[in-house]
Amino acid sequence: MKWEKVMGLEVHLQLSTQSKIFSSSATAFGADANTQTNPLDMALPGTLPVLNHAAVSQAIVFGLGVGAEIGKVSRFDRKNYFYPDLPKGYQISQFFEPIVKEGVFDVPLEDGSIFPVRILRAHLEEDAGKSVHDAIPAHTGIDLNRAGTPLLEVVTEPDFRTAEQVVAYLKALHALVTYLGISDGNMSEGSMRCDVNLSLRLEGETEYGTRTELKNINSFRFIERAIYVEAERQQDLLESGQSVVQETRLFDPDNDETRSMRSKEVANDYRYFPDPDLLPIVIDDETIERIRDALPELPAVKRGRYTTELGLSQ
Amino acid sequence: MAVPFETISSLAKQLDAGYVSARELVEDAIARTERLNPELNAVIALDKPGAIAAAEKADKARATGATSPLLGVPMLHKDIFCTHGVQTSCASRMLADFVPPYDATVVKKLNDAGMVSLGKCNMDEFAMGSSNETSFFGAVKNPWDLNRVPGGSSGGSAAAVAAGLTPMATGTDTGGSIRQPAAFCGITGLKPTYGRVSRYGMIAFASSMDQAGPMARTAEDCALVLNAMAGHDPLDSTSADMSVPDYSAGLEQSIEGLRVGIPKEFFSSHLNDGVAATVSAAIKELEAAGAVIVDVSLPSTDLGVSTYYVIAPAEASANLSRYDGVRYGYRCDSPSDLQDLYLRSRTEGFGEEVKRRILIGTFTLSAASYDQYFMKAQQVRRLIAEEYQSVLKDVDVIAGPSAPSTAFVLNDGSKSITDMYMEDVFTIGANLAGLPAISVPVGLVDGLPVGMQLIGSRFGEAQLLNIAHQFQIRTDWHSLTPDLEGLTG
Repeated sequence: MKWEKVMGLEVHLQLSTQSKIFSSSATAFGADANTQTNPLDMALPGTLPVLNHAAVSQAIVFGLGVGAEIGKVSRFDRKNYFYPDLPKGYQISQFFEPIVKEGVFDVPLEDGSIFPVRILRAHLEEDAGKSVHDAIPAHTGIDLNRAGTPLLEVVTEPDFRTAEQVVAYLKALHALVTYLGISDGNMSEGSMRCDVNLSLRLEGETEYGTRTELKNINSFRFIERAIYVEAERQQDLLESGQSVVQETRLFDPDNDETRSMRSKEVANDYRYFPDPDLLPIVIDDETIERIRDALPELPAVKRGRYTTELGLSQ
Repeated sequence: MAVPFETISSLAKQLDAGYVSARELVEDAIARTERLNPELNAVIALDKPGAIAAAEKADKARATGATSPLLGVPMLHKDIFCTHGVQTSCASRMLADFVPPYDATVVKKLNDAGMVSLGKCNMDEFAMGSSNETSFFGAVKNPWDLNRVPGGSSGGSAAAVAAGLTPMATGTDTGGSIRQPAAFCGITGLKPTYGRVSRYGMIAFASSMDQAGPMARTAEDCALVLNAMAGHDPLDSTSADMSVPDYSAGLEQSIEGLRVGIPKEFFSSHLNDGVAATVSAAIKELEAAGAVIVDVSLPSTDLGVSTYYVIAPAEASANLSRYDGVRYGYRCDSPSDLQDLYLRSRTEGFGEEVKRRILIGTFTLSAASYDQYFMKAQQVRRLIAEEYQSVLKDVDVIAGPSAPSTAFVLNDGSKSITDMYMEDVFTIGANLAGLPAISVPVGLVDGLPVGMQLIGSRFGEAQLLNIAHQFQIRTDWHSLTPDLEGLTG
């Protein structure tokens, strides 16, 4: 029996805006806890989100960069769940109508070939804060500096079959967003976070198997290892007649294993609904064209030009 | 020395003429509040030093030539508006000790206009209620009959104005919370168009319907206050980016030929006979002033209540998630773990009605019932809005009762929860459709005030105020006051 890995990726890109997506607080990394917060970031009563249009422009730049369709009307929704680092008890995200729709992103592989990755969508959302477990003895602290940092979540179709393809995609994505100046792509600071949805199926099979979601793997090296380890685990289960449980798992590089975080079956019903505090984002063709005209030459275009015009190899 | 029950426009003249100072007015208002409030329970936070300082500042400004009809006039805020440095509880145990580090835009605008805020008014907890009985600080009594409710949720504001504590108090209206208490207490209350007044710093109940407005003795005073309250606010994305007209300018216009639509559904079986007769007489008065009365129909009126009680709790269930015991507000004693912290803080911090609505909203948004309830309610909401828009193409305004009855008795055990929700049957349409509406006093039934509601087109506040003012020129119902002399506190 030969097993095939099927993987789709969700990448959270922290956009490089000066201020947060719905408040005027700064987004710089590494400041003292809770120094980059205002009443809105702390979800004090009566505060209201106001959209930072720089985040919208950067999302459009990204969409054009991966050849995707831009949603003419996109909306914000509330994703409801309780967690101490989520001050409002809901995250403002785009569930029903994302700003970036389908596209195809051409990823160069090491052998010189092009691997087209289908982008399903990319949507704007706000980041959560952080729980701090070592600052106050016997207590958990909450640092809301990161709460409200603009994120673009880029979701692909389950197009990946090998860890090499995944890494190549992430490297190309990293190169694209840093080149376009919309994210610093710094994985160790969390500016680029990757979740891998992975399932196995027998080669030739057309149905997908049950997947697990590998969370927040913060280096290219760990991604390859995490995929390898999780695929081995799933294969052992399947070959011994057991089944894979749909759940979120965390890669532990120290012990070289993945561990269950929470079961999706008991996971939250997020009760998404349109956020009544924010107006729809309406983008006209003129705006899209203006942003397109200001784009630098895209890596894929440049690659094409170098190979055809200058006769350089891939 | 000013007497209670004066209007803002009258006080402004006296202040300008130097007959009275803002300091004297605020001291009188504080003294009257301290005398009457122990019985009424309309005010739940009194900021004496802040009020006296603001009055002195207003007197100084006037002495150096400043003049504005609101400068130095005492007022109260519903305790849903964040007031910098002053308790803002939303009448909930959850926020009983919360002191905001900022002002709501409405508070800031009225401060900037020189109004003198005495403190905060009681209300239904998180604005959820139609009787002011859900307040953590206890029920408010109706100044017209201390055994009766003042209405809700802005019941403290309505009772404070009716009792002559201040000539104006702010209110908010999500499903009738300005208009119904205004009707029950015999005062004038305006709910502006959704988006006319900023919601920033106003504690959210149902964000797509919440709207702040003035509650005062006359339409003329409501116009003066709305002039200062209204306008675009960069801090509220849903506030309308439109210029604000002078609402006082058109009050004296004749209403000759104005078309007033009377929806037959507003005179249905829900309506008390005495209220029906009183409102009909008021409509005759509008006709005598030259208005043309037209029969119209809003067939989906009865669907409004169920639509509202899906959408409002859904939005509220998310809006109230931030009260989790983590950062501020009520926190239970010695939680054993995170789940326990959430569970007990919210169980102990919220009252019954708030918890009921959070549960309803959580249910209607859940994956299994979203399409059946939330989506369906959004569709009916659109239908109701279209009915209003279509009627308002034919008539200038819609008129009818503000509430099905006069003020009911406190702790009325015979009233079920759904009976209580039916209190909003005539007011909810304007919220679902985002339209402006005003309630004006039009008479008494068995010694209790009755309100007539006028609903206008989007941003048609000036017309509503004009009609209400013209009615008030011809009638004295707004000048009636309850007898409170027996109350000595």
